[in-house]
Amino acid sequence: MKNLAAEEREGMSVIVGTVTHWVCAFIILYGLYIVAYGHLTPGGGFAGGVILACGFMILMLAFGKRRLVSMLPISRAAMLDCVGAFLFWLLAFGGMLFVGNVFFKNFLPHGGRLRLWSAGIIPLCNVAIALKVTASLVLALVALSVLRVKAGGSDEEFITDIDEE
Amino acid sequence: MLMNLIVVLLMFVAIGAIIAIWTRDLLSALIAMGVVGFTRTVVFVLLRAPDVAITQVVVEVLLLVILIRSAVRREVHTVEGGRKSAGAALAAALVVVMLVLGVIAVRELRPFGEPLEQRAWDAPALTYIDKGTEQTGAGNIVTAVLLDYRGYDTLGEATVLFTAVVGAIALLRRKSRRSGVEAPDEG
Repeated sequence: MKNLAAEEREGMSVIVGTVTHWVCAFIILYGLYIVAYGHLTPGGGFAGGVILACGFMILMLAFGKRRLVSMLPISRAAMLDCVGAFLFWLLAFGGMLFVGNVFFKNFLPHGGRLRLWSAGIIPLCNVAIALKVTASLVLALVALSVLRVKAGGSDEEFITDIDEE
Repeated sequence: MLMNLIVVLLMFVAIGAIIAIWTRDLLSALIAMGVVGFTRTVVFVLLRAPDVAITQVVVEVLLLVILIRSAVRREVHTVEGGRKSAGAALAAALVVVMLVLGVIAVRELRPFGEPLEQRAWDAPALTYIDKGTEQTGAGNIVTAVLLDYRGYDTLGEATVLFTAVVGAIALLRRKSRRSGVEAPDEG
């Protein structure tokens, strides 16, 4: 019975849900813009990644934790986190692989000035950092509000049961 | 005029921080923290640092929502227990010392808008400003510094965030209530 009450309280009203559907698209679009144009206008990988994480956060507030976990399972978020970190590391080591022994060398062609496709590895670094930051912050969000330590839970799996105690 | 405005805003920051420490209600403390964060955002905008302002405002929103959400849900709404008078005296003494040192340091600063780098012809900041776009191809000098000139620092920051989240998840996923030990269940 307690579980049923928790189930019903999950998420907010239809109005909030509908508005969130609309707003969330714009938030994620803005986050992608901030990431993609990070080398030209204010912003960059970190700020854009946090905005994308805010998009996931608003989804969680409006539709409940289960929706967030079903949209972006914890294992997939952890994988994205690792992929972002690895991509950044790879770009950093690209300079050592392609042009002599220079760590963090900008080894790609710079391209036209103030163009979207310019600045060599900087936009790619932004994308990698954005991936990493989004996944990290969603994981932090999950760690703070979804994960419960439950008696008798298995060591091998994430415990995402959202019972009210 | 601008500097006066910034001083007023920074006083708001200080007042908000003091309220956040001294209030016993957790929600009030979090709202005071919000005042601190958003006022600092305005200060960054006035100081013409849009990159920092964007990051500050977004992180502030995310953090406040997470913290308020977890504070509202908890049974504990107020902080119990008084402060030790010896600790408070030590804190007050440290505040006074830091204030005096800070005032001395600020008096030694160059005026706003005339940084120290203007006096040294080979200062790195001048190189970044003069040749940044040419050398890196990035129009945004801040990004050029973060990801090209100082990319190593950014790699370090990314590693810190990665390690923190990996640690939190690794701790929270474990079964921690074995042998009757009560584990923190919500970070």
